[in-house]
Amino acid sequence: MIKFVVNGREAFSEQPADTPLLWVIRDELGLTGTKFGCGMAQCGACTVHVNGQPARACVTPVSAVTGKKITTIEGLSPTGEHPLQKAWIAEQVPQCGYCQSGQIMQAAALLARNKKPTRQQIVQHMNGHLCRCGTYNRIVSAIERASREV
Amino acid sequence: MIERNEAQLLEFKISRREFLGGTAGLAFAFSLGLGGVAATSPALAQAARQTLNAYVAIGPDGSIFIQFPGPEMGQGIMTGLPLIVAEELDADWSKVIVEQSPVGAPYHHPIFKAQYTVASITTLGYWTPLRIAGAQARRVLLDAAAAKWGVPVAELSNEPSMVVHAASGRKMSYGEIAGFATPPATVPAIDATKDLKPIDRYRLVGKDTQRVDVPAKTNGSARYGIDARVPGMVYATMVRAPVRGSGPASSNADAITKLPGVTDVITLDHGVAIVGDTFNAVRKARGQLKVTWRSGLPGESVNTDKDLETYLGDGRDPKRIGAEWKSKGDPAKALAGAAKLIAREYMNDHIYHGQMEPMNATAYVRGDGADVWVGTQAMTRTTNDIAKALGTTPDNVKVHQQLLGGGFGRRATVETSVDAALVSKAVGKPVKLILSREDDLWAGTFRPMTVQRIEVGLDANGNIAGWRHRVVGEPVGDFVYHPGYIKAAKNRDAIFMSGAELPYYEKVANWSAEHTMEPERTRVAAWRAIGSGYTKFAIESMIDELAHERKMDPLAFRLSLTNDVRARRVLEKVAAMSGWGKKRASSTALGLAFAEYGIFAPKVASLTAAVAEISVNQKTGVIRVHNYWVAAEAGLVINPVGFAAQIEGAVVHGLSAALKEVVTVRNGVVQQSNFHEYPILRMSEVPAIEVEVLRGVPPPSMVGELGVPATAPAVANAFFALTGKRLYHMPFTPQRVQAALKA
Repeated sequence: MIKFVVNGREAFSEQPADTPLLWVIRDELGLTGTKFGCGMAQCGACTVHVNGQPARACVTPVSAVTGKKITTIEGLSPTGEHPLQKAWIAEQVPQCGYCQSGQIMQAAALLARNKKPTRQQIVQHMNGHLCRCGTYNRIVSAIERASREV
Repeated sequence: MIERNEAQLLEFKISRREFLGGTAGLAFAFSLGLGGVAATSPALAQAARQTLNAYVAIGPDGSIFIQFPGPEMGQGIMTGLPLIVAEELDADWSKVIVEQSPVGAPYHHPIFKAQYTVASITTLGYWTPLRIAGAQARRVLLDAAAAKWGVPVAELSNEPSMVVHAASGRKMSYGEIAGFATPPATVPAIDATKDLKPIDRYRLVGKDTQRVDVPAKTNGSARYGIDARVPGMVYATMVRAPVRGSGPASSNADAITKLPGVTDVITLDHGVAIVGDTFNAVRKARGQLKVTWRSGLPGESVNTDKDLETYLGDGRDPKRIGAEWKSKGDPAKALAGAAKLIAREYMNDHIYHGQMEPMNATAYVRGDGADVWVGTQAMTRTTNDIAKALGTTPDNVKVHQQLLGGGFGRRATVETSVDAALVSKAVGKPVKLILSREDDLWAGTFRPMTVQRIEVGLDANGNIAGWRHRVVGEPVGDFVYHPGYIKAAKNRDAIFMSGAELPYYEKVANWSAEHTMEPERTRVAAWRAIGSGYTKFAIESMIDELAHERKMDPLAFRLSLTNDVRARRVLEKVAAMSGWGKKRASSTALGLAFAEYGIFAPKVASLTAAVAEISVNQKTGVIRVHNYWVAAEAGLVINPVGFAAQIEGAVVHGLSAALKEVVTVRNGVVQQSNFHEYPILRMSEVPAIEVEVLRGVPPPSMVGELGVPATAPAVANAFFALTGKRLYHMPFTPQRVQAALKA
């Protein structure tokens, strides 16, 4: 049994140690906001925080998070009112929305350590995330909006 | 410890709650049709359900429930369609709760006679039925209030969710009315020609409305097909035959079944599914699955590089007579008598949808019945095809529509749902079937590779006398629908040939567009903007070249070809937006393109004109698009902010296809496996995009795909303006750009 903390609550997994964290979060814990996109850290849809750092859950074995603190999109804000979430709504960012949990988690990690990122820093930080609906420019605008409010 | 999310599990418990069952308040049943609508009672509605529709219910608390009949895949119809109902209903939008309608005849799209969301015509198709539904509901509320107050209904008017009697100063909310009124035995008839609200009284339609699906998409609560959970479900993944029509001849199923967590290996006619306790178990087992595929199929000879050469030859062969798509005048005669002939060839490769949510479906088959949880563009077809596969009738199949993690045409076919049902039937349990990204791409359905040859005859004055456009490639219709479809359509393959016509360059008096059909061997399908994604590349590149030939500015040349006020409006608008004709920095240049989109509704086609500003790295051959301006007009605008977002997204999608995307096939097998081998546009590669949404007259027409067609030609024409060289093969990869620069 592998023990860790998810969104501030103790959790455990009974899956084999090499099981990607993604499937533990989604299927064992039932937190489906974290998405499966590529399975090889190419798209960023599965991004969660491990001890505050963004990580691709699809290539993170569950054994690697033993004793660590995981934050998923469901735990980013208890009320869904993180400045990024509000900015995402204000800028009407999502289309299909499938990649947006990962985008928001990645952006949250940026704002946590750099409250006023430049546009170039935003793009550099976010460039590992794919959005097939093409919402990239609105994502940048939303991060800039949130950075004005944090 | 964290408990499994029981609320979510409950949410997906199988429910056969009938439409509006258990909802307190008024439920209205409406018969639909243009013009005078037959009055119907709820009893009659039950008796003749297939001819009726039901969109509105009102709770005593004032809640207004509005059904939306199609899939939400990011295009915003979950907001846009209910807005139309709410407008005619005079609803307070803040009180509206939208609900996904079930699958059924009352919710059929009037053109497709099914719940089928393709070709960007959902809003256009439902426009009048939804207005009638809203107007009928409003009239029932007015009648109920009139009876209560004992005043003539003609003295009443509406405020948002309120009936007003101005003469006595009385007001009654819709919720209050729902509290005492019972649905009338006969609902009032609505004449769409005179009983609907005039546009100048609109309060909701045409103004920016925040999309109702967005908040859930920022906090993880939005539910996609892949998120479905059914008690007792098991997991499956699947590999499909690489070659169209093939299937497994043999496999190491016995060994796979013994792997940890694997319970079953199900061999279907066209693929092999691995079933187990967790997705991780079946995902791992997939890595060890070995399948020998049936051979002897035409698709085994597909080699895209070599086939492109064949296509080029066929396009040049005067003896190959293509299937006529559309034409005007006498292009053969005009070409024969031309003073000068110009022929150019354009090419494009197969491309993949790359929808972010891999194909998946969850099915539970038992007895004669089946439930399926899926996000699909083809709700009715999902029902019908599963019923057929199970040997039952569609009324025994219930589709629980979920959000779509991207559609783009990929979710217009339903094979994943059918597979999930077959696997569920085989194992006797609910099954969640998810394809890995690799299997999603390997078994992808692709926008077809084509060669296009355009021959233009100029008269002695340099005017276009005749135009012949050949598009060479595999037909799409048979694969997307059924064998024999193309023949039944008299060889007019609308998906493949879309956009090859020249309806807005009316000064071109003689033109033809024809389809030189190649043998059907590949899984070719609809990809956002269908044929227009490549036909407009060829047409608008050629127009640009002809402008240069005439020594005319590309904008002035296009304007000289059309008197259409809408076409001129988008062209002139985008020219103003982009500063067309003004001097730029020497490192960048502008390219212009025009495109209409509206294959199933040509009389109300949507129009767009776009300008791309690009630079080229001469060493690496990388094109960078810095700025992109679009003017778009699609009739009446329902939700401007949603419209603009759709254009922005389609531009990124189109630029990605124009610059990067290639699926290659060798001996029938797709060579790419995941996004590292099939790169799509990333944030760092996206230009600043400025969209001008131009207001037009009703009806609201096609938006979702409208932004795609102009992207490739706008970039290619900018490349010529910058370098004096032409790009004829899309995508414009660095190698092709370098080759063009050396040419």
